[in-house]
Amino acid sequence: MKKEKKLGSITFPQMGDYAIPANFLLSHILHNKIIVPKKITSRTIELGTKYSPEFVCTPFKYTLGTLLEGLENGANILIQAGGGCRYGYYAELQEQILKDLGYDFKFYNLVVAGHTDVKRIYHMMKEIDPKFHVLKGIYYLLITKQMIKYMDDIDHYIRGNIGFEVEKGSFLKLKEEMLKNFSKVNNPLKLHYLYRKYKKKFKEIKINKPNDVLKIGIIGELYTVMEPYSNYELEKELASMHIEVKRFTNVYYLLFEKHKKIKQYLKNTKKYITYQMGADAADNIGRAKELCLDRYDGIIHIKSSFCTPEISAMPIISKVCNDYHVPVIFFSFDSNTSEVGIKTRLEAFYDMLLMRRKL
Amino acid sequence: MDKVTIGIPRALHYYYYGTLWTSFLEELGFRVLVSPKTTKDILTSGCNLSNDEMCLSLKIYFGHVYTLESKCDYILVPRIDNYGVTEQTCTNFLGLFDMVQNFITTPLLTYNIDEAHQKHEMNEFIKLGLSLGKGKEQSKLAYIHSFKKWLKENKIRKKEESKKLNSQKIKILLVSHPYNIEDPYIGSEILKLLKNMNVEVIMAEAFISREGNKKALELSPNLYWKYNKELIGTIPLLQKQIDGILYVSSFPCALDSLVNELMLRKIKMPHLNLIVDEESGSAGMETRLESFIDILYEKREKAR
Repeated sequence: MKKEKKLGSITFPQMGDYAIPANFLLSHILHNKIIVPKKITSRTIELGTKYSPEFVCTPFKYTLGTLLEGLENGANILIQAGGGCRYGYYAELQEQILKDLGYDFKFYNLVVAGHTDVKRIYHMMKEIDPKFHVLKGIYYLLITKQMIKYMDDIDHYIRGNIGFEVEKGSFLKLKEEMLKNFSKVNNPLKLHYLYRKYKKKFKEIKINKPNDVLKIGIIGELYTVMEPYSNYELEKELASMHIEVKRFTNVYYLLFEKHKKIKQYLKNTKKYITYQMGADAADNIGRAKELCLDRYDGIIHIKSSFCTPEISAMPIISKVCNDYHVPVIFFSFDSNTSEVGIKTRLEAFYDMLLMRRKL
Repeated sequence: MDKVTIGIPRALHYYYYGTLWTSFLEELGFRVLVSPKTTKDILTSGCNLSNDEMCLSLKIYFGHVYTLESKCDYILVPRIDNYGVTEQTCTNFLGLFDMVQNFITTPLLTYNIDEAHQKHEMNEFIKLGLSLGKGKEQSKLAYIHSFKKWLKENKIRKKEESKKLNSQKIKILLVSHPYNIEDPYIGSEILKLLKNMNVEVIMAEAFISREGNKKALELSPNLYWKYNKELIGTIPLLQKQIDGILYVSSFPCALDSLVNELMLRKIKMPHLNLIVDEESGSAGMETRLESFIDILYEKREKAR
């Protein structure tokens, strides 16, 4: 008699709201139980920091913390992605650290050395769930892609207007409702319909936006930009100061737009850089120039501490901003950065921007 | 007319490709000026030019570039991205040219190695020669000659280091990037201390080989950094002939922080992980090295 193997339960690292589309995709294409990572708390960071090497960049600590919490909740299959810089090597060390702690699990790394192999991922999925079907996988992958695009699109609108809402919390409430409904769809038409419906609803929310608002662009390292807990909810803070915020990095950009845009950025910033500098460094220099030309009032550059590509981009970004006379502030976030310190610096920056306006 | 002078900073890649560069440029008829050995002043000027989170090796590089300014016609700052998809280098090496260009006024010479995008070393050297106004054939020949010279030098180095393996003293494998351990500011202090303690230090960098790279992939299948792969590949090759491993990295080296941590966990052998920054004094280092060597001695006594 053939013995049926028990399927494991899956978990993955937490980043912003993207756990929802990730959960959507995995739960539709695999029959495994999925343990959705919880929102990051101070305990997550404490756990992650405790078992990480000393001067590794902060996203390592955050993702290790979420994976540990997932293991505690009974997961035994971990999925980690990889990227262009140090991020691509996270998986291997994290696997070793967790094994040394005595957990029993299987670790799957989607991207190796910055490159994805479709065949490898297919075999990986087959290994996780022998009943995995390719066509179903592709179908839901396309829906997920569209969902991420819609989410990022709506987020873009929210970021520009949340600082001016008349009734407090109306944007976030609607967004939560939207995400809940998004996760229930199962065909692209329904998704598109929902997107149109909620876009209209968002536009109907009452805002009190004067014509001469302060505009700030956020650039920086991708994880810190996208995970609100890791930047101490900087965007929320800016919203409470009634500032219009523009942010470039989102998952849709990283996965589908980056390879096209990067050439344009390099062309635009010929005066400052000639080559790509790893991860998002060259992108951020291009964005800084774009923001300067669009007459933004200020630029905030955020990164996790020890993020090498961003560190090499920083002197060039400050040179660009110097040439165009646009103020820029750099924040570096670590697991033990003091929140008060960040707040004070942000307030001072805000006051300075206001004063510049009055001159 | 005076010869055109080309400056080479004595930091980072110099310790890998120094011979290659100097003999290539000299064969083409240029005068080569290598910056002096790292001193406190060089470090200070490097620190002033750099961001405080940059790694110590990079700060030293900036200092060297700064000393060369206005002393030569060109400064050679290469950009070495990768030698293939799975042979990448540190992100600091990718941005090096652009970072330097933004604070220096002397014109820079560069070549760009990016084999994932068909930018190979020989073609890039020929381009470098062309940009200096030399012929294609001449540059190609100069590259081939200097490449052979470089290989020969590495071979001699390996032979010399291999002799040390027969020594009866306590043997330590020193795993560190050459630009760290050979730099007078970072490494020479450690080497001097070890010499006083009467142990044989074997440099991992001299034993780089294809066989080692394969072994490195057994230890860490996804490792895609060329220089780290070469270094850790030497550990399984020499493991049986040594008593302990000493890892030396500069603060905060991005790649070493991950790879060395993995090695500390995977290789069961006495080891010490030393991290050097611009403030670390020799007293603290001496105590740690002493106790490490005491452990090695004790272990050897027990084995007898």
